Order: sequence, then C-alpha cells, then structure tokens
Amino acid sequence: MNETLLPFLAAILGGALRVGVPFLFVSLGECITEKSGRINLGLEGALVLSAMAGFGGSYLSGSPWIGVLAAASAGAALALLHGLLCTLPRVNDVATGIALMLLGTGLAFYLGKPLIQPQATQLPPLPLGSWSDSPVLQAALQINPLLPVGVAFAVLLYLGFARTRWGLLVRLAGDSASATKALGYSVGGIRIAATAAGGAIAGLGGASLTLFYPGSWNEGISSGQGLIAVALVIFARWSPLRCVGAALLFGGAGAIGPALQSIGISKGYYLFGAVPYVLTLVILVISCRPGKVAQGSPGELSSTR
Amino acid sequence: MHRNIADELLPVGALVAALLVFGLFVWVGGTSPVETWTLLFKGAFGDWFSWQNTLTRAAPLMLTALCVALPARAGLVIIGGEGALVLGGLAAAGVPYLIPLPGNIIGTIVLCVAGVVAGGAWIALAGALRQYRGVNETISSLLLAYVAIAIFKHLVEGPMRDPATLNKPSTRTLADSLLIGGIGGADVHWGFVIGVLACIGLGLWLALTARGFSVRVVGGNPRTAQLVGLPASALILLACALGGGCAGLAGAIEVAAVQTNANASLIAGYGYAGILVAFIARHNPIAVIPVAILFGGFGAAGSLLQRRLGLPDASVQVLQGIAFVFILASEALRGLDWQSALERFRHTPKSVDVPLTPSKTAA
Repeated sequence: MNETLLPFLAAILGGALRVGVPFLFVSLGECITEKSGRINLGLEGALVLSAMAGFGGSYLSGSPWIGVLAAASAGAALALLHGLLCTLPRVNDVATGIALMLLGTGLAFYLGKPLIQPQATQLPPLPLGSWSDSPVLQAALQINPLLPVGVAFAVLLYLGFARTRWGLLVRLAGDSASATKALGYSVGGIRIAATAAGGAIAGLGGASLTLFYPGSWNEGISSGQGLIAVALVIFARWSPLRCVGAALLFGGAGAIGPALQSIGISKGYYLFGAVPYVLTLVILVISCRPGKVAQGSPGELSSTR
Repeated sequence: MHRNIADELLPVGALVAALLVFGLFVWVGGTSPVETWTLLFKGAFGDWFSWQNTLTRAAPLMLTALCVALPARAGLVIIGGEGALVLGGLAAAGVPYLIPLPGNIIGTIVLCVAGVVAGGAWIALAGALRQYRGVNETISSLLLAYVAIAIFKHLVEGPMRDPATLNKPSTRTLADSLLIGGIGGADVHWGFVIGVLACIGLGLWLALTARGFSVRVVGGNPRTAQLVGLPASALILLACALGGGCAGLAGAIEVAAVQTNANASLIAGYGYAGILVAFIARHNPIAVIPVAILFGGFGAAGSLLQRRLGLPDASVQVLQGIAFVFILASEALRGLDWQSALERFRHTPKSVDVPLTPSKTAA
C-alpha cells in the first residue's frame, strides 16, 4: 500500500475508535435522558466533572476501575441534581442544563487543580490488532476497554427500550406526560431516574477521556463533546444503536487533524479541529425541518418543538 | 394588579443563598468562609483600585449578557456569545491589515463597527438556521462558538500572526492612536460607558419603540405574533444580530482597550459568564448593568482569593455555577403566596397525623 496513505488511514481509524468513545457514552446518556422527555445540556458539565473524578479516583486508589466507578458516580450526581431541579415548577430544562454546565466545569477545575501534574494509572488497552503484522495497524487497534462496554450498553438500551417494562415507561414519560399520569406513574420520578442514569453513562465517557485517551487531566480536556452529543442524538434519531455509528463517525472526523499532523501536515491544524462542529451543524441543517418535529423525537421534548 | 414584593427580592435571596453555599463549600475545603466573603467584597468593591478592576471586567460582561438577553426576549436561547466576542475582537484587530485607518476617534469607531458586524452576523446565522432550517439555536450557537474559536486560533497563529510575537501568538498591535483610553486617566476605560449606554439604549428600545414591542410579542407569544401578522423571522434575526453585535463590540473593545491586539487571552469566558448575567437580570437590559457589575466584581476578587487564601482560580466559576443554579431554582418560588405558605408551615406540625383534605391544601 501507499507509504503515507496507510498510516493516515490507520490514524483516522485509531482516532475514530479512541476519540469516538466519549462521544458514544455521552450520546447514550443524552439518549436515555431525552427519551424520558428532558434535555440535559449539563452533560457537558457531567463529562468534565466525571473526567476529573475518574482521574482522581484512579490516582488516589491506584486502580483505574475504581476511577471509572468514581466517574460514573460523579456524572450521576450532577445529572441527578439536573433531574431534581427540572422537577420544580417553572424551571426550564435548557437553562438548568447551561447552569450545570458552568457548575460542573467550575467544580471540576476547582477540585482538579492538584491533579494537573500527577499521572494516574490508566485503563489497560485491548490489543485487537495482534492479528496484523503492521505496527501502525496494531497501534491503531489498541482499543479502549470501555468501548465494548459502550457497545454492549447501546445494544442493551435498544433492547431495553423495545422490550422491557422500564423502557416502555421511559418512552411513555417522553411521549406523553399526561398518559403517564393517567396510568398512575410519576412522570417526575421516571425522568429523574432516566436523567441520573444518563449522567452515570456519560460519566464513563469522562473516564475514557482521562483514563485512556488523551489520558491526562487538564482544563481543556473536553471541547464540547457533551454538547455535540445532543446533536448526535438528533442525528441518530434517538436510537441507541445508531448512536454507535454516529459516535465513531464523529471520532473519525475529530481525528483528521491529528492524523494529518502524524504524516507531517500541520497546516490548518485548528481548522481541521473544527471539523466535528461543522459536521454537526451540517447534519443538523440536513436533518431538521422548520416547523416540523424531528423524526423519532420524543413528543415531550422542548428542544425539538 | 398588585405585584408581589417577595418576587422582586427573589434574585437577591438566591444570590445570598449562593454565597452561603459557596462559603460552606470552601469551609469543607478548610478555608474560613468569613474570610472568603470579606475578601470577595474587598476584592470587588473594597477600594478605588478594586472598583476600577470590577468596572473594567463589567464592560464585556454587560455586552455579552445583551447577546443572551435580546434574543431571549424574542424567544431564543442563544449561548454562543463567546464566539461572537472572539470574532468581533479578531475583526477589530484585522481592519488595519486591510485598509489604512485615520489615527483618531474615527479609526476607533471603524474598529468597533467591524466588531459589531462580525459578531452580529455570527449570531444572526444561528437565528437564521433556526428560522429557516429548524435547527435548535442553543446547540447551533454553541457549535458556532467552537468554530469561531478555531477560526480565531487559525488566523492568529497563522496568516495574521505578527512574527515578532514569539511566546504568545498575537496579531499586529494596534496603533496607539486607535486605542480606547481610560476615563479621565483612570484604569476604567470608555468601554464601560459604551456598555452602560448599550444596555440603556437597548432597554429603552425594547420598552418604548414599536419594533422593540414587536420583538417582545414574538418572544412572548408567537401565536399572537402570527395572528397580528408580525414578521417573526425578520424580528428574530434583528434581535440576534443586535445581541451578537453587542458581543462582537465587547471583543472589539477588549482588543482596543485592554489587549491592544488579538490573542488567546481574549478567550476568557466572558461569553459564558454573560449567559449567567442575562438570566439573573431576567433578560432585562437595564437590570443587566448592576448584575454585570456584581459579577465583574466577583471576577475581580478571584485573583485576591487565589493570592490570599490559596483557592484555585476556578473558585469564581464555582460561585457563578452555584449562583446560576439558585437563581433558576428560585423561579419555583415566584408568585408564591408567602403568607399562606407560612401559615401552612406553622400549622403543618399540629396536623401531621390528620391527612389534609384537598380543600385545606388548596391555597
């Protein structure tokens, strides 16, 4: 194969698998939340806070898996706060999300100040590329052990929404609050539970950021992945399975800049860094229609009205 | 109809609660809350030096808050003011690359207009995407902010970079005659006055003019707006362009009064803090002025907290986040009948074992 093309493609593939994982978890978390009829822009804050918590947990305990647990709890805690606040009368979920975005990142920077220097134990990579004799391909296929977990979550969520009583309740709360009330269930309770669960899953995305790739804690750790996820869910038409493909696509788009740099092209590095955002905008422009609710969207969702 | 005084005091109460919780937060970390509150006040409003710092920071906050408040009055939640601000700054710093400017106030005005146009166009784009393509403006404005920052970094570190700036990539420094100076020799620059005038001017525009009233109708009740035949799309785009123009102006002023060129220090989070200011001011341009001064003060006190108490620089961000949460939560108490609520609170313990009948609970 071509001398530069293989490393470039391998870098894109590896990037998609590495960079896509946080996208996958946050979009799955957002997917559950939105299925229950709420939007959580605060997942960006949950992502940053859980990235810090995961790094701190791993650094203090020496075990990256305890870090993953800490990250999931931090994400769940912040999302729980979102769920509870939105249950209050006259409290708007979009505004609350923005508030928790600020609060989550603020808390993460505050508490994470002593964590910028040290190194935490990282998650052990899964060497999926050992069959190949190409070192670049092997390097690209050193995947995040949380990636299979994320894919399993996507399948479970898909089956859960389609087949289980819980899934049905979440979808019911998302499609019609009055029908849920009429059947004697608590709309608020279902939404709080779904939001908190979404935060926990998003927390795993935060853990992948600090415990796998890029693998360190700093204040620029997230560059809006939590918000891109909101657009990803629209793109995936609220299906957990399509979230997997969408997340990998965005991971690949985000990897173009570093991949070009790896083969010696560093011109326009920042512009290539903006590709995921532009791609998101283009996808939104294509998939949205004025005055029409997006396909597959939960009926109670305020953002798509 | 009689308006409840308690409702007017809600934001104040929420801010006090936020300060208490922030004190508790630093206390858990082993810092004296009383000392923290004292330093917050001293660093913000303690002496003339602090006041100057506070007002200098309030200038961009007022303008970025308008970038949230004006579209909000037209019914849109725009949170991408940071993007409009950096592009406004970039445009102001870029004008001298394209045309020679007269070295007087006219040149400065041209710089500011360039900032207004760049910022206004950027936020109007988010408004247009929503009106004509149905794209959620909250998400698109934020994505556009990331795109704007990428363009900014690309140009500042690439084509527009002054080769003389080695450690901190910057554009060419503006000529001294183009800079915005201090008011009467003080450190507070004229940008503060421009910010106050913008708030008052746009507040009056919303309150008194027909166009401003139409914007409020579109935001308050889209159905009514449609029934009376208001051009909703044009009004929404106008509100977005005006708001974005303010944020762009904030960037131009930061460049012409503080930085003297466009560099990465421009991306300081004023756009995000402006969201908070606008929400606390309930999207009322006049109310933006005191709220921006208050939060400019907290920002100014941040470095004092860092130096004296060793608190991380993000402590101001934590305070802002807590304040935002309390302000939103306080909305739940709006319009509450406090007297009957208190009454109920007093009587509840006595009737704990007696289940309340619906007629008793209905206030």
